[in-house]
Amino acid sequence: MTHEHRLRFKTLVMVLLMVVCANVGDLMLKRGMLQIGAVRISAPGIWHALLSTIHNGTIWLGILFLIGFTLCYMTAVSWADYSYVMPAGAFGYAVQTTLAVVVLHEAVNAQRWFGVVLIVLGVLLVGQTHPNTTQKKPVAS
Amino acid sequence: MIKLVLMLIFFICCSTGGEIAMTYGVKQVGQPERFRPLALLRFIGKAVRSGWVWFALPLMAASFYSLLILLSWAPLSVVIPASAFNYVVGAFGAKYLLKETVTPRRWLGVIFVFVGVLLVIVTG
Repeated sequence: MTHEHRLRFKTLVMVLLMVVCANVGDLMLKRGMLQIGAVRISAPGIWHALLSTIHNGTIWLGILFLIGFTLCYMTAVSWADYSYVMPAGAFGYAVQTTLAVVVLHEAVNAQRWFGVVLIVLGVLLVGQTHPNTTQKKPVAS
Repeated sequence: MIKLVLMLIFFICCSTGGEIAMTYGVKQVGQPERFRPLALLRFIGKAVRSGWVWFALPLMAASFYSLLILLSWAPLSVVIPASAFNYVVGAFGAKYLLKETVTPRRWLGVIFVFVGVLLVIVTG
Protein backbone atom coordinates (compact mmCIF):
# COMPACT_ATOMS: atom_id res chain seq x y z
CA MET A 1 0.00 0.00 0.00
CA THR A 2 1.46 3.38 -1.02
CA HIS A 3 1.72 6.33 1.36
CA GLU A 4 -1.17 8.09 -0.43
CA HIS A 5 -3.43 5.03 -0.18
CA ARG A 6 -2.62 4.68 3.52
CA LEU A 7 -3.37 8.37 4.09
CA ARG A 8 -6.63 8.13 2.17
CA PHE A 9 -7.68 5.01 4.09
CA LYS A 10 -6.88 6.32 7.58
CA THR A 11 -8.51 9.70 6.82
CA LEU A 12 -11.65 7.94 5.58
CA VAL A 13 -11.77 5.81 8.77
CA MET A 14 -11.32 8.95 10.91
CA VAL A 15 -14.04 10.83 8.97
CA LEU A 16 -16.43 7.89 9.45
CA LEU A 17 -15.61 7.88 13.19
CA MET A 18 -16.27 11.65 13.21
CA VAL A 19 -19.72 11.20 11.67
CA VAL A 20 -20.57 8.34 14.05
CA CYS A 21 -19.40 10.26 17.15
CA ALA A 22 -21.23 13.50 16.18
CA ASN A 23 -24.48 11.74 15.35
CA VAL A 24 -24.50 9.36 18.31
CA GLY A 25 -23.53 12.30 20.56
CA ASP A 26 -26.50 14.41 19.39
CA LEU A 27 -28.78 11.38 19.62
CA MET A 28 -27.69 10.81 23.25
CA LEU A 29 -28.29 14.50 24.09
CA LYS A 30 -31.81 14.24 22.65
CA ARG A 31 -32.44 10.98 24.59
CA GLY A 32 -31.19 12.63 27.78
CA MET A 33 -33.44 15.67 27.29
CA LEU A 34 -36.42 13.39 26.59
CA GLN A 35 -35.74 11.76 30.02
CA ILE A 36 -35.56 15.21 31.68
CA GLY A 37 -38.58 16.68 29.91
CA ALA A 38 -39.33 20.11 28.42
CA VAL A 39 -37.36 22.90 30.14
CA ARG A 40 -39.52 25.71 31.57
CA ILE A 41 -38.19 29.24 30.96
CA SER A 42 -38.10 30.58 34.51
CA ALA A 43 -35.26 30.85 37.03
CA PRO A 44 -36.34 27.71 39.00
CA GLY A 45 -37.13 25.84 35.75
CA ILE A 46 -33.70 26.54 34.25
CA TRP A 47 -31.93 25.75 37.55
CA HIS A 48 -33.82 22.45 37.86
CA ALA A 49 -32.98 21.52 34.26
CA LEU A 50 -29.31 22.41 34.79
CA LEU A 51 -29.11 20.12 37.85
CA SER A 52 -30.98 17.36 35.97
CA THR A 53 -28.58 17.52 33.01
CA ILE A 54 -25.57 17.36 35.35
CA HIS A 55 -27.00 14.19 36.96
CA ASN A 56 -28.07 12.56 33.69
CA GLY A 57 -25.78 9.74 32.47
CA THR A 58 -27.13 9.83 28.91
CA ILE A 59 -26.20 13.53 28.59
CA TRP A 60 -22.67 12.75 29.82
CA LEU A 61 -22.45 9.89 27.30
CA GLY A 62 -23.49 12.37 24.59
CA ILE A 63 -20.80 14.82 25.75
CA LEU A 64 -18.19 12.00 25.64
CA PHE A 65 -19.15 11.19 22.04
CA LEU A 66 -18.93 14.91 21.13
CA ILE A 67 -15.44 15.06 22.71
CA GLY A 68 -14.62 11.97 20.60
CA PHE A 69 -15.88 13.86 17.53
CA THR A 70 -13.63 16.84 18.32
CA LEU A 71 -10.57 14.57 18.73
CA CYS A 72 -11.33 12.70 15.48
CA TYR A 73 -11.88 16.02 13.67
CA MET A 74 -8.59 17.46 14.95
CA THR A 75 -6.76 14.28 13.95
CA ALA A 76 -8.39 14.17 10.49
CA VAL A 77 -7.55 17.82 9.67
CA SER A 78 -3.96 17.24 10.83
CA TRP A 79 -3.63 14.55 8.09
CA ALA A 80 -5.86 15.87 5.32
CA ASP A 81 -7.11 19.19 3.92
CA TYR A 82 -9.97 20.92 5.68
CA SER A 83 -11.88 20.90 2.37
CA TYR A 84 -11.54 17.09 2.24
CA VAL A 85 -12.75 16.58 5.83
CA MET A 86 -15.41 19.31 5.91
CA PRO A 87 -18.04 17.68 3.61
CA ALA A 88 -18.48 15.05 6.34
CA GLY A 89 -20.14 17.83 8.36
CA ALA A 90 -22.67 18.34 5.58
CA PHE A 91 -23.27 14.61 5.21
CA GLY A 92 -23.92 14.50 8.98
CA TYR A 93 -27.17 16.52 8.65
CA ALA A 94 -28.67 13.86 6.39
CA VAL A 95 -27.44 11.02 8.65
CA GLN A 96 -28.85 12.81 11.71
CA THR A 97 -32.29 13.20 10.12
CA THR A 98 -32.29 9.52 9.10
CA LEU A 99 -31.33 8.51 12.66
CA ALA A 100 -34.13 10.72 14.05
CA VAL A 101 -36.61 8.78 11.89
CA VAL A 102 -35.18 5.30 12.51
CA VAL A 103 -34.14 5.50 16.18
CA LEU A 104 -36.44 8.17 17.65
CA HIS A 105 -39.37 7.47 15.27
CA GLU A 106 -39.75 11.16 14.44
CA ALA A 107 -42.04 12.07 11.54
CA VAL A 108 -40.14 13.92 8.79
CA ASN A 109 -42.24 15.16 5.85
CA ALA A 110 -41.05 15.83 2.29
CA GLN A 111 -40.68 19.59 2.94
CA ARG A 112 -38.28 18.98 5.87
CA TRP A 113 -36.28 16.44 3.81
CA PHE A 114 -36.00 19.05 1.04
CA GLY A 115 -34.78 21.57 3.63
CA VAL A 116 -32.14 19.09 4.83
CA VAL A 117 -31.01 18.45 1.23
CA LEU A 118 -30.62 22.23 0.68
CA ILE A 119 -28.61 22.50 3.93
CA VAL A 120 -26.33 19.62 2.85
CA LEU A 121 -25.78 21.27 -0.57
CA GLY A 122 -25.18 24.66 1.07
CA VAL A 123 -22.64 23.30 3.56
CA LEU A 124 -20.91 21.41 0.71
CA LEU A 125 -20.66 24.65 -1.30
CA VAL A 126 -19.26 26.52 1.72
CA GLY A 127 -16.75 23.69 2.27
CA GLN A 128 -15.47 23.79 -1.31
CA THR A 129 -14.19 27.36 -0.95
CA HIS A 130 -10.67 28.12 0.30
CA PRO A 131 -10.56 27.46 4.08
CA ASN A 132 -8.07 30.25 4.86
CA THR A 133 -8.50 33.67 3.24
CA THR A 134 -6.59 35.78 5.76
CA GLN A 135 -2.85 36.15 6.08
CA LYS A 136 -1.23 33.84 8.63
CA LYS A 137 0.31 35.34 11.75
CA PRO A 138 3.83 34.32 12.73
CA VAL A 139 4.06 30.93 14.44
CA ALA A 140 3.65 31.02 18.22
CA SER A 141 6.72 29.78 20.04
CA MET B 1 -43.27 28.27 17.75
CA ILE B 2 -42.22 31.83 18.78
CA LYS B 3 -40.52 30.42 21.90
CA LEU B 4 -38.62 27.93 19.70
CA VAL B 5 -37.51 30.61 17.20
CA LEU B 6 -36.40 32.98 20.01
CA MET B 7 -34.36 30.21 21.67
CA LEU B 8 -32.89 29.29 18.28
CA ILE B 9 -31.84 32.94 17.77
CA PHE B 10 -30.28 32.96 21.27
CA PHE B 11 -28.46 29.68 20.48
CA ILE B 12 -27.17 30.97 17.11
CA CYS B 13 -26.03 34.31 18.65
CA CYS B 14 -24.18 32.53 21.48
CA SER B 15 -22.58 29.84 19.32
CA THR B 16 -21.56 32.15 16.45
CA GLY B 17 -20.47 34.90 18.87
CA GLY B 18 -18.45 32.33 20.83
CA GLU B 19 -16.86 30.88 17.70
CA ILE B 20 -15.97 34.32 16.28
CA ALA B 21 -14.51 35.50 19.63
CA MET B 22 -12.57 32.22 19.95
CA THR B 23 -11.26 32.51 16.37
CA TYR B 24 -10.23 36.15 16.93
CA GLY B 25 -8.48 35.29 20.21
CA VAL B 26 -6.71 32.23 18.81
CA LYS B 27 -5.61 34.09 15.64
CA GLN B 28 -4.00 36.75 17.84
CA VAL B 29 -1.93 34.00 19.48
CA GLY B 30 -0.77 32.51 16.16
CA GLN B 31 -0.57 28.80 15.30
CA PRO B 32 0.88 25.79 17.15
CA GLU B 33 4.31 24.92 15.71
CA ARG B 34 3.35 21.26 15.37
CA PHE B 35 0.30 19.06 15.89
CA ARG B 36 1.93 17.33 18.89
CA PRO B 37 0.58 17.16 22.48
CA LEU B 38 3.35 19.36 23.97
CA ALA B 39 3.08 21.98 21.22
CA LEU B 40 -0.71 21.98 21.57
CA LEU B 41 -0.46 22.41 25.35
CA ARG B 42 1.95 25.35 24.85
CA PHE B 43 -0.48 26.83 22.33
CA ILE B 44 -3.46 26.40 24.72
CA GLY B 45 -1.36 27.98 27.49
CA LYS B 46 -0.89 31.08 25.29
CA ALA B 47 -4.53 31.09 24.16
CA VAL B 48 -5.95 31.14 27.72
CA ARG B 49 -4.12 34.43 28.31
CA SER B 50 -6.28 36.06 25.63
CA GLY B 51 -9.28 38.03 26.90
CA TRP B 52 -11.22 37.07 23.75
CA VAL B 53 -10.92 33.38 24.61
CA TRP B 54 -12.40 34.08 28.07
CA PHE B 55 -15.16 36.09 26.41
CA ALA B 56 -15.85 33.13 24.09
CA LEU B 57 -16.03 30.41 26.77
CA PRO B 58 -19.25 31.54 28.58
CA LEU B 59 -20.88 32.17 25.19
CA MET B 60 -20.02 28.62 24.11
CA ALA B 61 -21.34 27.22 27.42
CA ALA B 62 -24.59 29.20 26.95
CA SER B 63 -24.85 27.90 23.39
CA PHE B 64 -24.49 24.28 24.56
CA TYR B 65 -27.10 24.74 27.28
CA SER B 66 -29.53 26.46 24.89
CA LEU B 67 -29.02 23.54 22.49
CA LEU B 68 -30.11 21.19 25.30
CA ILE B 69 -33.20 23.37 25.93
CA LEU B 70 -34.01 23.31 22.20
CA LEU B 71 -33.66 19.51 22.19
CA SER B 72 -36.11 19.30 25.11
CA TRP B 73 -38.68 21.27 23.09
CA ALA B 74 -38.35 20.16 19.46
CA PRO B 75 -37.53 17.00 17.47
CA LEU B 76 -33.88 16.22 16.71
CA SER B 77 -34.71 16.38 12.97
CA VAL B 78 -35.60 20.08 13.45
CA VAL B 79 -32.97 21.26 15.96
CA ILE B 80 -29.81 19.87 14.32
CA PRO B 81 -30.57 21.02 10.75
CA ALA B 82 -31.74 24.41 12.12
CA SER B 83 -28.40 24.78 13.92
CA ALA B 84 -26.83 25.00 10.43
CA PHE B 85 -28.05 28.62 10.48
CA ASN B 86 -24.65 29.17 12.14
CA TYR B 87 -23.18 29.10 8.62
CA VAL B 88 -25.31 32.11 7.64
CA VAL B 89 -24.51 34.26 10.69
CA GLY B 90 -20.93 32.98 10.65
CA ALA B 91 -20.43 34.15 7.04
CA PHE B 92 -21.45 37.72 7.98
CA GLY B 93 -19.29 37.59 11.13
CA ALA B 94 -16.33 36.27 9.11
CA LYS B 95 -16.69 39.03 6.51
CA TYR B 96 -17.35 42.04 8.73
CA LEU B 97 -15.65 41.14 12.04
CA LEU B 98 -12.77 38.85 11.02
CA LYS B 99 -12.28 40.59 7.61
CA GLU B 100 -12.21 37.26 5.77
CA THR B 101 -12.98 37.05 2.05
CA VAL B 102 -16.36 35.44 1.43
CA THR B 103 -16.48 34.26 -2.19
CA PRO B 104 -19.68 34.23 -4.33
CA ARG B 105 -19.70 30.41 -4.10
CA ARG B 106 -19.62 30.61 -0.30
CA TRP B 107 -22.49 33.16 -0.36
CA LEU B 108 -24.44 30.78 -2.61
CA GLY B 109 -23.88 28.00 -0.05
CA VAL B 110 -25.05 30.36 2.71
CA ILE B 111 -28.27 31.11 0.74
CA PHE B 112 -28.91 27.35 0.30
CA VAL B 113 -28.45 26.82 4.06
CA PHE B 114 -30.72 29.80 4.85
CA VAL B 115 -33.58 28.51 2.66
CA GLY B 116 -33.06 24.95 3.93
CA VAL B 117 -33.23 26.06 7.58
CA LEU B 118 -36.39 28.10 6.88
CA LEU B 119 -38.04 25.01 5.39
CA VAL B 120 -36.99 22.85 8.36
CA ILE B 121 -38.24 25.42 10.93
CA VAL B 122 -41.59 25.89 9.18
CA THR B 123 -42.21 22.13 9.49
CA GLY B 124 -41.06 22.14 13.15
